[in-house]
Formats: sequence, C-alpha cells, structure tokens
Amino acid sequence: MASVTVYGTPLSPAVSRVLACLFEKDVDFKLAPVDMAKGQHKSPDFLKLQPFGQVPAFQDELTTVFESRAICKYICNKYPEKGNQTLMGGRDGGLLAQTSVDQWLEAEGQSFNPPSSALVFQLAFAPMFGFKQDPAAIEQNEAKLANVLDVYDRRLGESKFLAGDDFTLADLAHLPNGHILVSKNEDLFMSRKNVGRWWVEISARPAWKKVVEMQNAPLG
Amino acid sequence: MAAVKIYGKPISTCTARVLLCLEEVGAEYQLVSINMPSGEHKGPAHLARNPFGQIPALEDGDLVLFESRAISKYVLRKYKESGTDLLKEGNLAESAMVEVWLEAESQQYNPAISPIVYQSLIVPKMYGGTPDQAIIDSSLEKLKKVLEVYEARLSKSKYLAGNFFSLADLSHFPFTRYLMITPYASVFESYPHVKAWWEDITSRPAFKKVSAGMLGS
Repeated sequence: MASVTVYGTPLSPAVSRVLACLFEKDVDFKLAPVDMAKGQHKSPDFLKLQPFGQVPAFQDELTTVFESRAICKYICNKYPEKGNQTLMGGRDGGLLAQTSVDQWLEAEGQSFNPPSSALVFQLAFAPMFGFKQDPAAIEQNEAKLANVLDVYDRRLGESKFLAGDDFTLADLAHLPNGHILVSKNEDLFMSRKNVGRWWVEISARPAWKKVVEMQNAPLG
Repeated sequence: MAAVKIYGKPISTCTARVLLCLEEVGAEYQLVSINMPSGEHKGPAHLARNPFGQIPALEDGDLVLFESRAISKYVLRKYKESGTDLLKEGNLAESAMVEVWLEAESQQYNPAISPIVYQSLIVPKMYGGTPDQAIIDSSLEKLKKVLEVYEARLSKSKYLAGNFFSLADLSHFPFTRYLMITPYASVFESYPHVKAWWEDITSRPAFKKVSAGMLGS
C-alpha cells in the first residue's frame, strides 16, 4: 500500500526527475495529477503542499517535501535498503563518495539546468502552448549549454559517470531536460563522444524508460 | 586536523558561503587568493580544481571540490564533532527540510536576487558599467514573490527548515548581505518576519567575521 504521493504531471521535467528516482529505488507511489491549465497549482490547497505553486510536491506519512532534488535525496535517505543503493554515492556510502554526488548534482542545478531549461521551454513548451519562440534566447542558451557540455565531455572521458564509477543522482538529475533536448537536437549531446556515450547509457536505464512510458501514455 | 585550503576571494558570494561554514564549525582553514581580474580562475591550475573556472574550490589533502553548496556540506559533515549541526542528518524529517530550503535558495531565491546584486553593485563597481534597470526591476518583482513565501514560512517557523538554524538559512547570507548595501535593501521592509530572521542570523559571530571581508563593510 503506497503511502507515497507525488503531485504533478509526468510531462513536467521536475516531476519526472522524482519519478525516475522512485523507479530506481523500487518505491511504490501514487501519482496525483495537478491540472495546471486550470490553475490547480496556485490553489490554496496545493499551496499548502508547495508554497511556490510549482510541481512536484511529495507527501508520505512523515512529511511533505518539495523541490525535486530535495525529494530525490529524501527518497534515498528514507529507503537506504531498497532498489538502487548507489544513487547517493557508493554501496559503502562514505563521505567522499557522497560529496562527489553533491558536487555534480550542484553542477547540474547551477550550470546545466538554467540553459537547458530555457532551451526546453523554447524548443518544446513554447510551440506546445502557442508561445512565440525567441531565436536570441535559443542561440544564447545553446552557447551556454555547449560550454557546460564541454566540461562534462572532459569529465566523462576520465570517469564512467559524473560522480564516479556508479550511476548516481547526479546523472539522474539530467535525464528530464536531456531527454527533451536530445529529441529536438541530438547533436548537442551526441557530437561529444563522452557525453554521447554517457547519454546513451543513462537514458537506457529501465527506470527512465518507465518514466518515458508514463510521459507517452494517452491522457484520460 | 590539518587546515583545509579554500581558493577564492573573501568578497566573492560563493566563497563567503563556504567561509561561513568553516567559521561556524571553528575549522582551521587557509584562504588562497585567486586573481580574477588577471583571469587566474580560467587558467590551467585553477581549472584543475574547478573545471567550470569558478570560485571557490576546496583542497583537503587529496580531495578537491567545487560548488559552494557541496563544499559547505562537506565541511559541515567533516567537522560535525564540533557540535555545530547545520544539516540534521540524524533526523530524516529535519534533514529533508534543510534540503528543501537549501534548494529553495538555489532555485527560487538566488535567481531572483543575484541579477539585482550583479547589476546594481558588480557592474558599476567592478566593471565601471551602467546597471540594466529593466533587469533589476523584473528581478525585484520575482524577489517579492519569493519573499511572500518566505514571510509566510517564517511566520510559522523561527528559521527556514524549522526551529533550528541550518545550512538553509546560512546559504542565503552572501547575496542578501550585498543586497543590503544597494538601494533595493528596502524591499525587506515589507516582510517583517523575513527582516527579523535576517537580523537574527546576521548577529551570529561567524556572519560578522565573514561580512567584514566583503564589500561595503
């Protein structure tokens, strides 16, 4: 019986980040839809769960958590024995392994996320919702993202995954925006040998494939 | 324990975040200056520490780290015997709240406040340029929306993660410290609980010490 509820739509990158983590950890959950078209995310009831009025929100018998990266860490801390046990840095844990995950998760949040989110908006969501695309924004953010991916390419030439030898939350955090960007312009990732190798590997993981299935499922 | 090395500058917001943690736990550290105007942060020696060419970086024996929030966590975990517990990792619900509000700082507060500080302080003082008022104005609107959420939170809770001071509160210090020496400091006047929280956290000895190394002290 799932005591875990995730609020949001699997099409939201931040929600899908949490879903990927839940599938990696084999944690049962219920997905409660939030009708953003009708403004449900700004309703008083929802704001009690997520005061910034954004998805996802996460609730279990102990607490309510928001911010997708914080939710992922909470899931890993709450269920250390379930599913994938290296998401926070190595089977035997250890401060150094955990710190490496923190470092690359911060790199995702601070360096990869801003330009990739801007591009996801321009290339995927703007056309979907009838907003006009901004060619200057696309160009600027592609250039910023290219610089970040150059750093990743050097790192992934020395290390199998971002934080080390194991797939961790640091890699997982990139799946949502990466998936959309690769579908729009695979060159960005695939023209870089090590980034390409890494992308093929992380996006082939069964947990991520389950999230994509949820995203592609017919509405209703 | 041997002193850790921090590569950065005391006036840098992200360096200040790390220095605050070191001061809070009473750790010995050595601050090694990186000469930004000469481009030292983009040279090979520093890129080996921080591949994004940014400050700060930490060196502790063979360990090299970048990203100030990750370095902060490392410092707080390493020196947890000091008695200063700003992460609450022994308590699942409390540590969750520390992570939530640290992410809120990262993803909500920082993107709203940093353009205001950059345009109104860094651009004129460091680059002799003219602030872009349009960017400042739109960032102020975003910041007000964030501060509304913080006001509601801090009306129910003494600190962001709960009734305990944590890394989540600390992480807000550097950019807020700089906002306070711009004309836009007055935005906090409309949020009395946020203002009281700010006055409380800035009364901490660690904050006074790190603040003295920053601009406008």
